[in-house]
This record gives sequence, structure tokens and C-alpha cells, in this order.
Amino acid sequence: MNVNAIEVRGVRKTYRRYSRRRQFATLKSALLSGRVLSDLRPDETFDALKGVSFDVAAGRTFGIVGRNGSGKSTMLKLIAGIGRPTEGTVVVKGRVSALIELGAGFHPEISGRENVYINGMMLGLTKREVAARFDEIVAFAELEDFIDAPVKTYSSGMYMRLGFAVAIHVDPDVLLVDEVLAVGDEAFTHKCLDKFAEFRRRGRTVLLVTHTLDLVTRFCDEALWLDAGVARLQGDPKRVVDAYLLDVAGTENKTLEQEDVGRALSGSPGGLEGSAPHPEDMSKAIEGRWGSREVEIGAVEFVGRGGPAHVFQSGDPLEIRLQVRAREPVADLVFGVGIFNADGVCCYGTNTDIEGAASGEMSGDGQVAFAIERLDLVDGTYKVDVAAHRKSGAPYDYHRLLHTLRVVSSVKETGIFRPPHRWSFSGGIRITGLDR
Amino acid sequence: MFAHLQQLFRYRALIQSLVARELKARYRGSVLGFFWSFVNPLLLLLVYTFVFTVVLPGAHPPDLQPFALFMFCGILPWTWFSSSLLEASNVLIAGGNLIRKVLFPAEVLPIVTVLAGLVHFCLGLPILAAFLIYYRVPLVPADLVWFPVIVFIQLVLTLGLALLVSALTVHFRDVRDLLSNLLTLWFFATPIIYALSQVPDSVRRLLNLNPFTHLAVSYQEVLFRSGPFAQWPRLLAVGAGSVLVFAIGYFVFDRLRDTLAEEV
Repeated sequence: MNVNAIEVRGVRKTYRRYSRRRQFATLKSALLSGRVLSDLRPDETFDALKGVSFDVAAGRTFGIVGRNGSGKSTMLKLIAGIGRPTEGTVVVKGRVSALIELGAGFHPEISGRENVYINGMMLGLTKREVAARFDEIVAFAELEDFIDAPVKTYSSGMYMRLGFAVAIHVDPDVLLVDEVLAVGDEAFTHKCLDKFAEFRRRGRTVLLVTHTLDLVTRFCDEALWLDAGVARLQGDPKRVVDAYLLDVAGTENKTLEQEDVGRALSGSPGGLEGSAPHPEDMSKAIEGRWGSREVEIGAVEFVGRGGPAHVFQSGDPLEIRLQVRAREPVADLVFGVGIFNADGVCCYGTNTDIEGAASGEMSGDGQVAFAIERLDLVDGTYKVDVAAHRKSGAPYDYHRLLHTLRVVSSVKETGIFRPPHRWSFSGGIRITGLDR
Repeated sequence: MFAHLQQLFRYRALIQSLVARELKARYRGSVLGFFWSFVNPLLLLLVYTFVFTVVLPGAHPPDLQPFALFMFCGILPWTWFSSSLLEASNVLIAGGNLIRKVLFPAEVLPIVTVLAGLVHFCLGLPILAAFLIYYRVPLVPADLVWFPVIVFIQLVLTLGLALLVSALTVHFRDVRDLLSNLLTLWFFATPIIYALSQVPDSVRRLLNLNPFTHLAVSYQEVLFRSGPFAQWPRLLAVGAGSVLVFAIGYFVFDRLRDTLAEEV
């Protein structure tokens, strides 16, 4: 199984961009000015992919994640053979089927039956092969009653289902999927996922491009993170997704931070107010960093069981580590920590003063570690406040909602707090499957 | 290029189905359905009969009787030729979604257009045959053997031009408008609604450069005029030229292939 199904080597894809003038330049003007060839030459180019290399071993399910415009779909098209790389090579072994757009090429006027045949043949099947799979395709699309009606009478869901059914029954060695799982209702999505699972079992290669990161961590053996046409990270899907999420959060924070510079400098009050933060105030507060900076909080790190991390299992231990530097010795010092959920609700907040510290002073560098034995929060994204301030609440350095951590849980309960718990039943009740 | 041609052969079943779809879809929803393939040329024939027997009765040489039938021998293949090229100029843009999203040889689309035109042409033949029998035009069986040859040569020529036009239109949308006017000129520069013998010598030399002149004259000689088929050397020359046109058309299409998905 060490054969590579897909080999991508140093692939660069350059798109030409024409200036406004060139866009309007027509054959006539090109002929008149006698510059047909020079006008065909673009004055600007745009690299959608800047030298990407990776391999996908046969039989693996491979995910590609990245922001919009990072080159994911371009990559997929090159692998599918629609378009050729400007530089580098793409080698794919075996029959490829691409779920890029479902039902592309359906003709609205003719029946679903004829469209299945034509679509199947476009995707590389012979007429006989389509005939052999026809019933299966129709059954999969759940369109038995409508297959002889013209496709224009189909609902968009029916249309997509039929497109998906044809494409997946091409039975390719390599299946390319571009963000198409959102086509049907819940039941159909499950069916599609089952089909993918079947593909994997049969040792076929699947390449998945999606923004549903959950799918990548759940289904993929390996993932690649594309960022602005460059492969940023390849490897274990969880690691790749986390790195990607972190980067996204980082950029978001950076933009927010920049937006907040003005507000922060204007001396917004904020702070822990010397007591536990009031939830109502907190939900109104905005992200940012402010303070008088006699004491500065440098690096903030979340450490889990296996070292620094940003994604934690519900119930995992969490340690928040702060690198702190005092620019001048201070004799009035309180450290505080707050955890907020995505709605801005404070899940927990504390500081050394509330917990009864008699005094605090600091000079030079230091480290603070705040350890939580069990992070009993429900699945979700949380923002963390860290602060160093005076007893009065006047901040030295306040990081407001600047640090993001994700709590994941296989169970999607609601609420905020997830106490360790157990169900038990007696009498005539039988509920099984709860012991995990 | 030859590898692509070979690959195209593998897609013949698809081409066949697409042609069938094209024909079915075209008349879907119309009352007469497939009948339009017969009715259309018939109506066209009526129009020209009206013009040349009622409006301009003296415009044609008296030895060509019935003149409407003479014209019909040229109009039928011309309709196939011109409508194929016009549709081919639009086919890649109309099928843009397909080219951008599905991997399959794009030349299938213009080829399907030309073949669908051929089917329409063939459906018009019974009408032509009926009139030939009705007017008791003497047909020479030995000449009729040439008929499929003429059709084949026209097919090769049309395919070559269709490939060229379809690929060029993707890059220069103006080809479409240019083409429709060019085809009108081309129509009148071909002896279809007049006989080549009516044309002054100097102009005839010009018309002889037009490949469709020889195709039209061939059709007229085989179907309409009595006497042996004397056009064959020129027809075969056009045939050789058509193969060249096809080669050029396919070559250009092949060269532009990679840009199609981006430009469409």
C-alpha cells in the first residue's frame, strides 16, 4: 500500500489577469492596432498556487483545508485534469472522478434517465457500465418515481442528489470532492458519508476539499493546509486543522487588535475591578489589550497533557502559563484569569486577590501558571482573559478575549459547564449505549 | 494531437448520445416535434419558390426547371453548414460550466453540433427525394454513388471550421457576430440561388476559390442536372482541402485546449 495515488510536484498555477483596457480589447481593435499577439499577453499574472508538492498514498483519505482563495479548488481541478499546471507535474494513477459541481452538464429538457446516461459517459463510463449501475444510481438518489421526468422539473435537492449519485457510482480509483456534501437533507448527507466510508474500506483514494473541518478530523487519514497558494502544513489531520484554526483565530485577533488600538489607548476602563467580573459588563466588553504596562504579560500559553495546545478534550487538565516582565518593581500586584464562551458569557473568573492573597510584588521577569485540573466545559470555542492589575483594578496589562482555546467533546451537550456525570437506571427502564 | 484524436474515438458513445439528446431537446415541447426537421426545409423551399417564381420570374435561366428544386439542392446542405458553424461559435461558451467542472474532451461539443446538423440534413433528404420523384428528375444511379462522398467531404470541412470557430470564439467573442455576417456573404458567394453559368467570367474565377461552390455544384449535378458527373476532380480537390482544414482546425483547438477552461 505504499504506492502513491496522487503525486504533486512543485506545482505552480499562474492565472492571467488582464487590465480593464485589455478586457475591452476586442479582435477588431487587436487587428487594427496590429498587436494581436502582444495583446494576448497578459500584463499581470496571479499565482493561485506557488509551488505545491505533496503525495497521497493509495487508499488514504486526504483532506485539504484553507481559507477562501488559498488555491484549494485550483489544486483539485489540476488533479482532476481540468487545466494544466503552469509549472510542475501532477500524476494521478487510476480513474479519477471529481465531485466539483454536481449535475454539471445535465440538460434540463430531457429526462433524468437520459441525463444519467450522458453524465455517466461524460465521467468516463461506457454505456454498458452505466446501464449496469443504473438501478443503483437511481436508488441512491431516491428518484425512482421521477427518473423519467425532465430534469427541469426537479427540485434543486433532487438535481444535486442525482448528480452526486452518478458521480459516486463512476467507481473511481481516486475520488475528488469539493465541498459538495451540503447538498441534501441530513439523511442524504449520512448516506454520502457512508458511501465515502465504503470507498475507504475498498482501498480507494479520496481527496476532500472542505471548510467543514469536522469532516477532515473525522474522516481523513492525512490533511494538507494550503495558505495563499503555499502548502503550510501536512500531516495528522487534527494537528493540521488545529494549526489552521489557530492561524485563523490569530488573524482575526490581529485585525481586532489593530481595530482596538485606538480604543485601548484612549484608556477604556475595563479590568477586573478588584472583584469577580460582572457578566453583564463583560458581555459588552470588546477584545483588546490595554493597561499602564509597568507589568507586561508576554507569551500566553495553554498547556495540556501533551504540551502546548489549543484544543482540549472536555475534562482534560489545562494550564495557562504567562511570561511576565516588570519594567519597574511594583508592590501592588494581582493576577487574574477569565474564561468566556462564544456568546461572551463568563464561564469562570478569578484572581489572586479574590482568592485571598495578602500582598503581591514583582521585579524583573517571572512566570505565572494557572492550572485547572479538569476543564469541564462543553464543546465549543472559548476566549480567555489574562490580566495583571492593581488591587484597585487599575490594569498594568489586560488581555481581553485575546486568547482562544477550543474544547472538543464527542458528546454535543448544551450549556456551559460539563460536570463529570453518570446515568443509571433501574426498574423497567433499559437504555443502552451510554457507557463510553 | 493524434493521441487526443484517438481518445475522442473512445468518446463516440457519448457523442452519439449527445447528438440524440440535442435532437430530442430541440423539439421538446413543440407540437410537431421531429416533424420540424421536415417542415423547416419545406417552408424554406416555399419562401424561395415564392421569390423566384412570383416576384422575380425571369431571374433564372430557363433550362433550370423547376428552379425551386434546383435551389433546394443547394439550400439543404448550406443550412447544415451555416447553422452548424453558428451554433459551434456559441457551443463552448454555452457549455462553459461543463468545461470548467467536468473532465472530458471539449471538442465533443462542436462535433456534436455538426453531427446534429447532419442528422437534420438527412431528415430533409426525404423531402428532397419526394420532390425529385414528383418532378420526374432523371437521376443517374452512377452519379448517386457520389452523393455520400459529397456529404462526407462537407462533413470534414464543417468539422474543421467548427472546431476552429468554437475555440476562437472563447478568446474573441466577436467571432460570433463576424461569423453571422460572413456567412451571409458566403451564402451569396455560392451558386445556390443562382447557377454558376449565370455568373460573369471574372466573378466566376472568384467563386471557384470558394470551396462550398464546388460542393453546391456537386450536389446540383448529382441530384438535379442530367448528364455525367463532371465535377469530381474539383470535388476531390475540395476533399483534400477539407482534410487540411480539419487538421488545422483540430490543431488550433488542441493548442487552445488548456486555456478553454480558464477563458470560458
